[in-house]
Amino acid sequence: MTCKTALSRTFILAFMAIMTFLAASDLLLGAEGLPKIRVGVVFDKGGRDDRSFNASAWRGLDDAKKQLGIDGKFVEAMDDNAYEPAIRTFARKKFDLIIAVGFGQAEAISRVAADFPDRRFALVDAVSHLPNVRSLVFGDHEGAFLAGAAAVMKSATGRVGFIGGMDVPLIRRFDMGFRAGARHVRRDATTISNFIGVTADSWNNPPKAKELALAQYNRGVDVIYVAAGASGAGVFDAAGAKEKFAIGTDSNQNGMRPGLILTSILKRIDVAVLKTITDAQAGKFTGGKVEFGVANGGIDYAVDHHNAGVLTDDLRRKLDELKSQIAAGTLKVPDYYVEADRATYKK
Amino acid sequence: MKAMLFRWPWLTAILLGLLVGLGAAAVAGENPAHVLLVLLKAAGGTPYDLGMTMVYTTPLIFTGLSVAVAYRAGLFNIGAEGQLVLGGLAATAVALRLGDLWPAFAGSSGVMGRIVAMLICGLVAAAVGGSTGFVTGYLRARRGSHEVVTSIMMNFLAMALASWLVIEKLHSVDTQNPETRTVGNVFKAVEFSAFDGAPVTIWFLAGIAAAGLVAFLFDRTMIGFRIRAAGENPVAATVAGIDTGRQMIIALTLAGALAGLSGLGDILGGAGRFRLGFSSDYGFTGIAVALLAGGRPMAVVASALLFGALHKGALDLDFETDHVTRDLAMIIQGCVILFATARWFHGKKKS
Repeated sequence: MTCKTALSRTFILAFMAIMTFLAASDLLLGAEGLPKIRVGVVFDKGGRDDRSFNASAWRGLDDAKKQLGIDGKFVEAMDDNAYEPAIRTFARKKFDLIIAVGFGQAEAISRVAADFPDRRFALVDAVSHLPNVRSLVFGDHEGAFLAGAAAVMKSATGRVGFIGGMDVPLIRRFDMGFRAGARHVRRDATTISNFIGVTADSWNNPPKAKELALAQYNRGVDVIYVAAGASGAGVFDAAGAKEKFAIGTDSNQNGMRPGLILTSILKRIDVAVLKTITDAQAGKFTGGKVEFGVANGGIDYAVDHHNAGVLTDDLRRKLDELKSQIAAGTLKVPDYYVEADRATYKK
Repeated sequence: MKAMLFRWPWLTAILLGLLVGLGAAAVAGENPAHVLLVLLKAAGGTPYDLGMTMVYTTPLIFTGLSVAVAYRAGLFNIGAEGQLVLGGLAATAVALRLGDLWPAFAGSSGVMGRIVAMLICGLVAAAVGGSTGFVTGYLRARRGSHEVVTSIMMNFLAMALASWLVIEKLHSVDTQNPETRTVGNVFKAVEFSAFDGAPVTIWFLAGIAAAGLVAFLFDRTMIGFRIRAAGENPVAATVAGIDTGRQMIIALTLAGALAGLSGLGDILGGAGRFRLGFSSDYGFTGIAVALLAGGRPMAVVASALLFGALHKGALDLDFETDHVTRDLAMIIQGCVILFATARWFHGKKKS
């Protein structure tokens, strides 16, 4: 008993010592005041280092830090209820610009933006109609069209596959564009499509992605286009095991399996993020929808030393031809977001 | 009661856990004092912070109680995660259906209507969670299947069922997220406005009331006495004429009912809709909450508050520090449990 009391006394003393120290350290730490703008980014469940979708936004924040000297912070949402508290915390902590990455955050950012009308927000991949939110949307179907075309041009069998992350309209839009691209090049091309799942966990499930990819390769597919965030790594593993081709997405993933990744369809979220931060810093931030597509360089395909050997000059010339047709509007890519096109889609 | 809530060994476990966690932060290159300060401020620095702590505490009170009830009967309820999903989904489904049948009622906002709506949702959630618990209890008591195994398996079934129902049957058309439509106004949980935007709901108070009821059950009623007797010494209980199997079924059913209620604060408050994956492992954290509380109902509330505060504090670590993330809270949680249960085994062995 005496021993216990002595122990507790020690704890009380230690606790008091810690609290005193804390009070002192708070004074020192509270002294910093930064004139540069503060930017907060909330990544979705794939995580900032998914080497695909989130990573592209992360690069934009990093570039802004280097080029504009802004103060940038980010958090990764761990579950579907974490978006709103994360965005709200940034707003409460007086961040000047808060960027939410992923369509899943649309409702959360709209609720917070309504409560903080003097704060600026940006949303990637979905649209919010509040005046203080800039919605950054991309022509994913155009990029997927290029992927489908490239896949069929490279394929020896005429069978190509698509693996999507979460089965939602956004990813079906990829799928639809991909199929159209494949058929555009070869009328008799066969496409096989699979989705990893129906929850946000699909963005981070490489084993399931690998399983689906192996199954597709075994069915005669020799090029797979994957749009599944961090899950994509599983498809590249399968490509390595089977020595078949894959096409990456959002970020340049060519180096993840050099020589087997035909190309990566780039979604320049980094450019969109950097542009938004630049505008906010210069006081030129505006709300509303900003669209990025093949026409303005927001969507492109990646060429570097990793894939220069497999993506031949001939292929590139044909892809560039398609790009200019899409940009000029002479080639219409079916868009799942457009009602009339959606009616023709079958899973 | 106070002596029970704050008996020193538990405080020892908490402080040791904090010490290890802060030590890890120091190794990672962060000033441990700063980290502790961030944690404390984040947990209760402003009304909003305190409110968010209470928001995270609410489900943990229920899941903690759920595990505690089973624990007192000598059983482990690993199924709280599945039970809270099914309970919450059932309440949402019923609320949506009633909204379709009586739009006038669903759109109303009278006090009586809201009380009725809350009772309906609570009863449905408890009934569905309870039946899930009953199945586990029946299998354990009458068929000899171990409750840990069956309740884990029930979790998988619950998740699969929830995915199917949300995607195929109740899906909202205005969103790409896997979530249901919004429930009618009358079904939304009463929120307290004192917390500056943090969605603290009536279910926080309901959790404390539930803890009081469970405490009463164990300390003052025959049902509770029989459950405790069966849990502490099944052989003696059987000799004394208690049907221990029956106590197992009652305890696990009750545990399921409590777990079934845990999601309601999150679902009916705030967004007012069921989201797949809304629970950040509340069911599993509930095990830790109950262990730290030693299975005592009122201590579960305190323990849930601690874990809620850690959860909230951890979120802010991401905003305020450069070298540590919210994973630090997992280290602290893990160590607290390690120290708390180590003492527990020690005590068991001595007796």
